[in-house]
Amino acid sequence: MPARRLSAFLAAALAVAALGGAAPTRAADQPDIVIGSILPLTGSLAQTGAGLRVAQQLAVDLVNGHVSYPLPMVGKSGLPHLGHARIKLVFADSQGKPDQARAAAEQLITQDHAVALIGTYASSTTATASQVAERYGVPFLNPDSSAPSLTARGLKWFFRSTPNDATFADNFYQFLADLKKTKKIDVKRIAIVGEDGLFGTGASDAEEQGGKKLGYDIVARVAYPATTTEVNAEVQKVKAATPDVIMIASYLPDSLLYMRGFKEQSVQPKAILAQDAGFIDPGFIRTLGADAEGVFTREVFSLEIKHRNQAVPLIDQLFRLRFGGKPLDGNTARDFMGVLFISDAIDRAGSTKPDAIRTALQKTNIPGKLTLMPWNRVHFDANGQNDGGVGIIEQVQNGKYETVWPFDVAVKPVIWPMPAWKH
Amino acid sequence: MNSLGTFGQLLVGGLLTGLVFALVAVGLTLVYGVMDVVNFAHGEFLMLAMYAALGLALLGLGPLVGLPLVAIAMFLFGIVVYRVFVRRLLAGPPEATVFGTFGLLVLMQGVAQATLTSDFQSVPNAPFRGTLHLGAIAVSQATVIEGIGALVLTAALFALVEYTETGRAMRAVAEDRVAATLMGIDVQRVNGLAFGIGAACVGAAGALLMLSYPAYPTAGAPFALTAFVVVALGGFGSIQGALVGALLVGMLEVFGGFYLSPEMKMVPVYVAYLAVVLLRPQGLLGRR
Repeated sequence: MPARRLSAFLAAALAVAALGGAAPTRAADQPDIVIGSILPLTGSLAQTGAGLRVAQQLAVDLVNGHVSYPLPMVGKSGLPHLGHARIKLVFADSQGKPDQARAAAEQLITQDHAVALIGTYASSTTATASQVAERYGVPFLNPDSSAPSLTARGLKWFFRSTPNDATFADNFYQFLADLKKTKKIDVKRIAIVGEDGLFGTGASDAEEQGGKKLGYDIVARVAYPATTTEVNAEVQKVKAATPDVIMIASYLPDSLLYMRGFKEQSVQPKAILAQDAGFIDPGFIRTLGADAEGVFTREVFSLEIKHRNQAVPLIDQLFRLRFGGKPLDGNTARDFMGVLFISDAIDRAGSTKPDAIRTALQKTNIPGKLTLMPWNRVHFDANGQNDGGVGIIEQVQNGKYETVWPFDVAVKPVIWPMPAWKH
Repeated sequence: MNSLGTFGQLLVGGLLTGLVFALVAVGLTLVYGVMDVVNFAHGEFLMLAMYAALGLALLGLGPLVGLPLVAIAMFLFGIVVYRVFVRRLLAGPPEATVFGTFGLLVLMQGVAQATLTSDFQSVPNAPFRGTLHLGAIAVSQATVIEGIGALVLTAALFALVEYTETGRAMRAVAEDRVAATLMGIDVQRVNGLAFGIGAACVGAAGALLMLSYPAYPTAGAPFALTAFVVVALGGFGSIQGALVGALLVGMLEVFGGFYLSPEMKMVPVYVAYLAVVLLRPQGLLGRR
């Protein structure tokens, strides 16, 4: 049997084993432990929300199942310290809107009696939903929002497992420093472009602060409304600044406008460093074709890092089976892990009381290798931010995203400068 | 590029942006401006047209070739929506069209997402992806095509409203419905026709926009918002006013973006809109 079919067969067999079959002794009257999940199931972010929901549910099924992987809480047939009670996710739709997210959080806490909340992808919706959790004293695990300000609010009940944009901005500068050391590449002028919402502003602020601290020349700082239908002025501003590197945080429609605008106006930096989002949307390379070549994007995850944890390709297979063949990506991997982290905390607490869960979260210390992520560890600092997270950088080479940094997990060498626009 | 060159680039960019807005607004002008029917689902009609054009493109009929088919399909869709739905709204209180068409907006977005997913879908290998160089000014071929389309559509609609029997009938109904009925005009038929023609214009706009934008369930919303401002600014009941309004909005947005800041680029647009509403409520070239 060829290797690919064998692994697909194995994955299917594992899926059946993990998710079906009899569970070991559990008190028949153990109620399910309800975790509320707020996701953008409709609206402009629904495409992402659909995958996140599948990833979270997969994690729940694995926690409730009895097949083990080298991942926290998987295969123990529920939570051992709570009589093998099963966890159950109740989903609520944020619609990608902050006020809807707030309403969803209220509903999950007051009506569904969730012992913890998880979500919500967009930083703006996480901001409001977590405020509700704070008011009610319910732990909130955020696996996927990157605005730094979320963990600068002095909240007691908010915990974020994903690195934030300040860390990712630092990763950009570490990347540039490594390039200088190994390839003598010297970058001086940096233009910063970002959509003017919480995501883009947080990323741009972090990039600007990081750059100024290290003595780079921030030659332009462009913020624009994400739903704009044209970027004439924005592109002209960047062009006038003649940057070596453009750092950009955009969603998909705007990322396409910028890439086309840069090509059209002959804006040719040595590199474009993108903050994920639109730049890793499947539509990005599909629409731009050869014009996407050479673009760098920070990522939070890669299937290539399977040498760190053998569960990576297995979880990927399970996910593909449930989501129309689409592979696991940075968003779905983080949400998958998020369910495991909160389940782990509830289990260590041995109780569904909010204070106990919160104390358990504060004591979290999971080695990075026991996760799917390229992280050092999972440990929440005094602000609730995981201080062990790290991003990676990929580059579009021959129509594919290739991991190029850190150099010890890189799959391909860096192409510098990015290829010239082909007219 | 020197500042004169940049200014020239912004000028051309602003005009082209304005023409793209005119392209979307022209369908709304007839319905909102001439017939005084508020269709809050205008953006969703655009989104539907974009998906239709995408579908045809996937079958091998590129956006320009598919345009007439999309326009005809949207025309029929417009007539059906009018007959089944809008006609009843018009018989009710004034708020009925507002709430009814807003409900249509929500319905159409929901159906689109449920059936077509919220993936961003672009026309594969779209034509006119290249750049045109006019001296030191660079413009995208696709945007120029869209701009030409806007001018053609505006001229055609103007001719329809000003010089044809149907157009006269539409203006009569807009001016005084009862008098029009007394003159023997079938108001329902004229309304339906106007709605259908408006939808056909949106159809053409959607097909052309697929040269530059991806289709997704909420793709119509940003364009629709601008279209409403354009019609109100340029003048109710005036096709040429919509063109003028659109060019003005495009210029204000692009120049505002450069000389103020990109985050503030909509401010001059809405300030102008407020000024017009306060000082000349019928719009710059409006008749009523």
